[in-house]
Amino acid sequence: MREKILGILEKNARIDIRDLAVLLGESEVSVANEIAEMEKEHIICGYHTLINWDNTSQEKVTALIEVKVTPQRGMGFDKIAERIYQYNEVNAVYLMSGAYDFAVFIEGKTMKEVALFVSSKLSTLDSVLSTATHFVLKKYKDHGTELVEEIHDERMLVTP
Amino acid sequence: MRNPLSETIVRIQPSGIRKFFDIVSEMKDAISLGVGEPDFDTPWHVREEGIYSLEKGRTFYTSNSGLKELRSEICNYLYRSAGLTYQPESEILVTVGGSEAIDVALRAMLDPGDEVLIPQPCFVSYEPCTILAGGKPVAIRLEEKDNFRLTPEKLLEKITDRTKILIMPFPNNPTGAVMRREDLEPIARIVEEKDLFVLSDEIYSELTYGDKRHVSIASLPGMKDRTVLINGFSKTYAMTGWRLGYAAAPAVILKQMLKIHQFAIMCAPTTSQYAAVAALRDGDPDVEMMRESYDQRRRFVLHAFKEMGVDCFEPEGAFYAFPNISRFGLTSEEFANRLLREEKVAAVPGTAFGACGEGFLRVSYASSLKNLKEAFSRMSRFVERLDREAR
Repeated sequence: MREKILGILEKNARIDIRDLAVLLGESEVSVANEIAEMEKEHIICGYHTLINWDNTSQEKVTALIEVKVTPQRGMGFDKIAERIYQYNEVNAVYLMSGAYDFAVFIEGKTMKEVALFVSSKLSTLDSVLSTATHFVLKKYKDHGTELVEEIHDERMLVTP
Repeated sequence: MRNPLSETIVRIQPSGIRKFFDIVSEMKDAISLGVGEPDFDTPWHVREEGIYSLEKGRTFYTSNSGLKELRSEICNYLYRSAGLTYQPESEILVTVGGSEAIDVALRAMLDPGDEVLIPQPCFVSYEPCTILAGGKPVAIRLEEKDNFRLTPEKLLEKITDRTKILIMPFPNNPTGAVMRREDLEPIARIVEEKDLFVLSDEIYSELTYGDKRHVSIASLPGMKDRTVLINGFSKTYAMTGWRLGYAAAPAVILKQMLKIHQFAIMCAPTTSQYAAVAALRDGDPDVEMMRESYDQRRRFVLHAFKEMGVDCFEPEGAFYAFPNISRFGLTSEEFANRLLREEKVAAVPGTAFGACGEGFLRVSYASSLKNLKEAFSRMSRFVERLDREAR
């Protein structure tokens, strides 16, 4: 049942528990319990809203920063990551395979703000060897959802 | 001027769906539960393959029976899904949708006066296609109490010396009924005993719910030689607009079907055929995802009918519910018309699928949850009103 609950919630976190129970053919209580369990186990880590900021008047800049680090003795990647992800400006941090170690997503009001954060906060960390900053120009799809346009049902109204 | 028309075609009534469509089209902002096709787009990797074939300039006719590659994939599919072994060279015909396969099969098999048994309620084209092929349609009225399955008794009742073909429209549009293996066995025995042939329309074969999967009657002992199996890509892979289906049949029947297809159609659309190869090769995860999504909405719809006190047979296949609305004292058509006018919800009257659909409504749940919720809240209001009127 967990996978099915997650499958639905991932797409629609606001779904009514009653509807969710009906869709899955389970009782409301057991669905609610399962969700509570998963929250406790940190399988469900939050219920966020997918916002296309481009359609608002608010200025926002997102950047992907490739970070190379040298893991130091007694301080593996996790510790370094922690020093990075504690910053509020940091939206996401992933440990990567390949040419660099961390992919860090940063959000700021302006490019300057982001650049300043990278040069003064990120690059100055002891373990950080180098950074490369890439600004996001346009988001087409995020969290499995196309941001570009609303989809219309173009089917004929009645068909055999 | 002489009458330019054929008596036969003039006598055939236009589809009841068409009539209802005209009424719905006039309504602004009606929510439609009348749609007989998936609400998914064709999976991108399938569309991409179609596009790629166009880029490559593959814009020529294929062989009459279809791309060899596709016929092979169809055989692979029939083997892995039903354990059936067909020869791609002589036993598979790729058609313009399942609909063409139905037409061609009937024309290949019927002589004037031959009778075709059509279990109803069912898809709209068997009857007219039978008539156009010179045959005589004989309806078998399926009943809710039998879970809309075909029973041996009902079958035997209608068999005469002229009976040649039995249509097996399962999983069924509009009822959602599915025939289990144990339901098929006695039917197969009768077919053999009475020396009949079966046209098994399995277009919804991948859309069954619960732990019971679709069983093809062709896979029962002795049946493959008597069965024209029809399937397609429309419902399984959400490819209705690509117009692609197929028939698998004994070589002796297929050869004649191919002849009609050759003269009337030439070949199925080439782009669609290339896309279909990708669908059969890599489309299983897509089908699984869509099936699960329909199943969730199926539960929602059944629950909603229960809440509003409308009896509804539990469909096990396709994406339709077929609620029994006879207790309201309206005909299906009256009910559907009032529902449309008063609440702007469109659902097809059961009678569009045969006279025995009277007292029922076809409700398609191939619609977004948001749409379904709104439609059912309106329907529930409507039903309450009807109940108040009755008091």
